[in-house]
Amino acid sequence: MIEFLSQPWPWFVAGPFIALTMFSLLYFGKNFGVSGNLRTICAAGGAGSHVDFFKFDWKKQIWNLMFALGTIGGGFVAYQFLTIDQTVAISQRTAEKLNEIGFANPGAEYLPPEIFSMEKLTSLPGLAILLLGGFLVGFGARYAGGCTSGHAISGLSDLQIPSLIAVVGFFIGGLTMTYFIIPLIF
Amino acid sequence: MKYLKFILLGVLFGIALAKAEIISWYRIYEMFQFDAFHMYGVIGSAVVLGVIIVQIIKRSEMKDLNGEQITFNDKNRSIARYLIGGTFFGLGWALVGACPGPMFILLGYGYLPILVVIAGAILGTYVYGLLRPKLPH
Repeated sequence: MIEFLSQPWPWFVAGPFIALTMFSLLYFGKNFGVSGNLRTICAAGGAGSHVDFFKFDWKKQIWNLMFALGTIGGGFVAYQFLTIDQTVAISQRTAEKLNEIGFANPGAEYLPPEIFSMEKLTSLPGLAILLLGGFLVGFGARYAGGCTSGHAISGLSDLQIPSLIAVVGFFIGGLTMTYFIIPLIF
Repeated sequence: MKYLKFILLGVLFGIALAKAEIISWYRIYEMFQFDAFHMYGVIGSAVVLGVIIVQIIKRSEMKDLNGEQITFNDKNRSIARYLIGGTFFGLGWALVGACPGPMFILLGYGYLPILVVIAGAILGTYVYGLLRPKLPH
């Protein structure tokens, strides 16, 4: 059983799993949207004292922080107990493209050491990439009013046009980064 | 403990995303290169099932755990905020290969550098809050 679960899970397991997570949260009287936690963290840290956007009763969002806490536990369980093989079986074409821009062994580890190694973490350019990427995600998610879970899953499931526009934006940004900016910075 | 169900749901969600490699930078890069069906299969099947779930909830006027009817709020009409905000988001998503959910999962997976990404995301959220009155929405 553990061995079976330790293989990479196919898309047709993960997709329904995500939809059922959304349903469970609706059934619990909540909404599926992870990036809201970032706003809650700002509010809990006292940002509401000088920025109106963070002036709300953040304690009502503790359930979502608990969900995020659970996902940290889920990542730990997956790594510690359900992973035998760290490689990611990306397509040959993707591996070749990554080779071309200087990624040594694409897919050999779960995340590229070119971005997520301790060595990169302690170098200024490496640190800047991590910080900038996070900044753009946080800024963009709040500007757009949601992230992948709030817009691409919850919003599209409710056939919301604004969410479709947001997802188009996700791809404009993602494609620009992938095709034009990543080849420049690596 | 009233929060236990949220923690457990988070654990299951975290395991599923980690095991399906959705939190791997390589999968996000591959998606934006259109080289594999995997990510499109994940998001597509989630949305197809999600649409069905939402329709069933609406038509059956389903009630939640507390006996209150489950409702859906229409998002505000706008193009600028979703398109501009979404583009910023996409730039970051493709660069670090993680959206907010996966950031937390990767922390549990043991990747400490993701803490810097999370710190950046909190900072970005804060800066948005500061600039909000001046930005087109």
